[in-house]
Amino acid sequence: MASGIRDKVAILGMGCSKFGERWDCDAEDLIVEAYQEAILDAGIETSQIDAAWFATAIEEVHVGKSGVPLSVALRLPNIPVTRVENFCASGTEAFRGAVYAVASGAADIALAVGVEKLKDTGYGGLPQRGAGPLNDMIRNNGSAPGGFAQLATAYSEKHGVDMETIKKAIGTISVKSHANGAKNPKAHLQKEIPLDTVLKAPMIAAPLGLFDCCGVSDGSAAAIVTTPEIAKSLGKDNRITVKALQLAVSNGVESGHNSWDGSYFLTTRKAAERAYKEAGIEKPRDQISMFECHDCFSITEMVTMEDLYISNEGEAWRDVLDGFYNADGQVPCQIDGGLKCFGHPIGASGLRMLYEMYGQLLGRAGPRQLDNPTFGMTHNLGGQPHQNVSSVAIIGHEGA
Amino acid sequence: MVGIKAYGGYVPRRRLPRSVIVEANGWFNAGIKGYSKGERSMCNWDEDALTMAVEACRDCLNQERPDDIKAIYLASTTLPFTDRQNSGVLGTALNLGQNMMTMDITSSQRAATSGLLNALSVVKGAGGSALFATGEHRRSQTATTNEVMYGDGGAALLLSNDDVVAEFVGAGQIAVDFVDHYRGQNADFDYNWEERWIRDEGFMKIVPEAVKAALDNTGLSAGDIDHFAMPGTIRNIAGMVSKACGIAPEAARDNLHNVMGEAGAAHSLVMLVDCLQDAKPGQTIMVIGWGQGCDALIFKTTDKLSTMSNRQGIKGHLAHRKEETNYNKFLAFNGLVQQDGGLRSETDKQTALTTLYRNREMVIGFVGGKCSQCGTVQYPKARICVNPNCGAINTQDDHRMAETSATIQSWTADNLTYAPDPPHHFGMVAFGEGGRMMADFTDVDEGAVAVGDEFRMVFRIKAADEKRNFNKYFWKAAPKVSA
Repeated sequence: MASGIRDKVAILGMGCSKFGERWDCDAEDLIVEAYQEAILDAGIETSQIDAAWFATAIEEVHVGKSGVPLSVALRLPNIPVTRVENFCASGTEAFRGAVYAVASGAADIALAVGVEKLKDTGYGGLPQRGAGPLNDMIRNNGSAPGGFAQLATAYSEKHGVDMETIKKAIGTISVKSHANGAKNPKAHLQKEIPLDTVLKAPMIAAPLGLFDCCGVSDGSAAAIVTTPEIAKSLGKDNRITVKALQLAVSNGVESGHNSWDGSYFLTTRKAAERAYKEAGIEKPRDQISMFECHDCFSITEMVTMEDLYISNEGEAWRDVLDGFYNADGQVPCQIDGGLKCFGHPIGASGLRMLYEMYGQLLGRAGPRQLDNPTFGMTHNLGGQPHQNVSSVAIIGHEGA
Repeated sequence: MVGIKAYGGYVPRRRLPRSVIVEANGWFNAGIKGYSKGERSMCNWDEDALTMAVEACRDCLNQERPDDIKAIYLASTTLPFTDRQNSGVLGTALNLGQNMMTMDITSSQRAATSGLLNALSVVKGAGGSALFATGEHRRSQTATTNEVMYGDGGAALLLSNDDVVAEFVGAGQIAVDFVDHYRGQNADFDYNWEERWIRDEGFMKIVPEAVKAALDNTGLSAGDIDHFAMPGTIRNIAGMVSKACGIAPEAARDNLHNVMGEAGAAHSLVMLVDCLQDAKPGQTIMVIGWGQGCDALIFKTTDKLSTMSNRQGIKGHLAHRKEETNYNKFLAFNGLVQQDGGLRSETDKQTALTTLYRNREMVIGFVGGKCSQCGTVQYPKARICVNPNCGAINTQDDHRMAETSATIQSWTADNLTYAPDPPHHFGMVAFGEGGRMMADFTDVDEGAVAVGDEFRMVFRIKAADEKRNFNKYFWKAAPKVSA
């Protein structure tokens, strides 16, 4: 059994651009905006970075392939730069690369940057694109909300929860995220909305309405990581360390074998189980102070609450309606507004989630600051319920 | 004796009331106002002559897979490919193997009857059986008589020397270059001449000659004909011709004008299948094929007709009906109006022909795998078994998925993705013999889909590559035909 990543790597600095429809920005502008904050926070020079990981998912609509766009944008000193892509979980992949480089001793200080410039496609929602010549012959037509909407019908069938109750619960999730996003100046959407507005919104993919879908945004986020020892030597006394970093990827069972019922994420459960073990967390519902999950759609957030073992299976809708996940609830979820309101520039999202957890742990979250959080968890998912990559990261105070 | 061993039919589910066409276009062509009764069949956006032929063949084979099929014929004037053998696609879709002759027959409204005559003589001489299919997706300009008269549909016959339900008795053929209408190379629509001339100089003179030749060749008399199946959009033309030939007036069969319109070259066999569905053993059927001359084919039903397994045929599909009152949908589905599909519709739909060839059985034939070690059925077929408790390598045998039921496990109605008939329904379906896939749905009504519904898989156009004139075909889940 591997010894795991717990407390081996510390976050030296983080940055995040304003997310939104950044009509005046190219990807380069967004990268520099996030990086400047991160390097300032880290208190180092660019020349001290040994290696970098760069996350973009839909590179064909903005920067193109390879690590070159990051190296050029930041004028990195010819260090190794690796571009990573793993659907919408790409941001966490960049973080994994940087963290593992430090943990292995290959780098003293490593950089992870994620960016996505999505608003140059001419339409709302994610760009639709081919999946390769064979997949294009046999794979269904459908949008992202269409793929995730499947969860609702399967969940309703499995747990006997009627669609009206599900609609109300997932609507309440969006209302909560809008309330949180309203307190976040970097968020794409900063407006509170009433439940009625959510329930009466136009249908995108039944049963998901407009407000059940997250924003598609431009944005970038960055993390600089190092060893706790180097962080200490650089004067960082309140150190936030990585407790767990796990990834689980579908192998075709959900899409091709009838053992999966379509109501949950097989991968998330596996990643969460491994992450809790790696972090030494035994009772996540009691020990996790807060989390950011991949709420690309409200229904995703609802089933993920169960897949992360915070809510019992079949009962997340009840916790949601009870306010358990609200800012003043027991385990606040999406305290920064989540993908729903902070926005979803794909390659940046995993790092954006960590940025919020990091800020909360350091008491920097301003009007949305929570009381003394210990562990912050992020869940960054890519793909569709029946075929996906799911990552879970946990960070906290060193030694916690 | 050579004849028809089994039959199948297909009529698209949607029916457009003629009154809808008249209401939309009567202002422009008052001539169509006299045709507002009844309805015509119309293809869904993802149907064409080929997909209808596939469905008619599946109906004809009715889950059986004869191992002596030596040929597959496909007759139509509206085949999707001018130079790619359409019957070859049909054969692949039916997954009947490749040791056989495949052939397209086209260029005339009597393509199906002339082709059938040839196929019958080949089967008679060479033995074995042959599958004869036809389908027609008729397009017409708006506000024309053709628009109200035409319909879409298909039929299929299994020809054999054994166990026939209808014996082929004989035929008469007349070849005359009588051009009542034509469609030139690369033209989209028919060009028509005057109906009164077609009636008097065409039907009334040429058909009786073919009928006489058929009767002379078989030694039968006009009075022996129990069913006279003759297409023709001219009002009561079959009645007038049968009377002129001495055939009993009540023998002239309903040309289905009222319920589906005329399905072009396919219509003679559509009418033949409809006839076989209510004919009695021992009856004599004459089928007429019209187009630059005339074919008259005579069949005599056998006792086997009454013991044949149930199938939908034409009657079952006619009963599986959905009224479509939106004329603009008819225009859109037939490419008669320019729509802005939006930026999402602009994704490139090129087909890699190498990939298609390697995977033709998987894609066109809908062949998955069945693990010889654990028995798990899976789609797509893969090198390593998907069963998490198996994982055996290179153990999968070909397994055809098309004929098993498909039960809905989850679904949605997607308004965001580009679809020619939004909202686009799709979901996870579990197959009756195991395996599953996230499948596109077709022919579904909004609000009428539920988890647990049992659908069936159908062969349809997945996407049209308009830039390169190529259709991607694949299988979709559709409500069962329940007549």
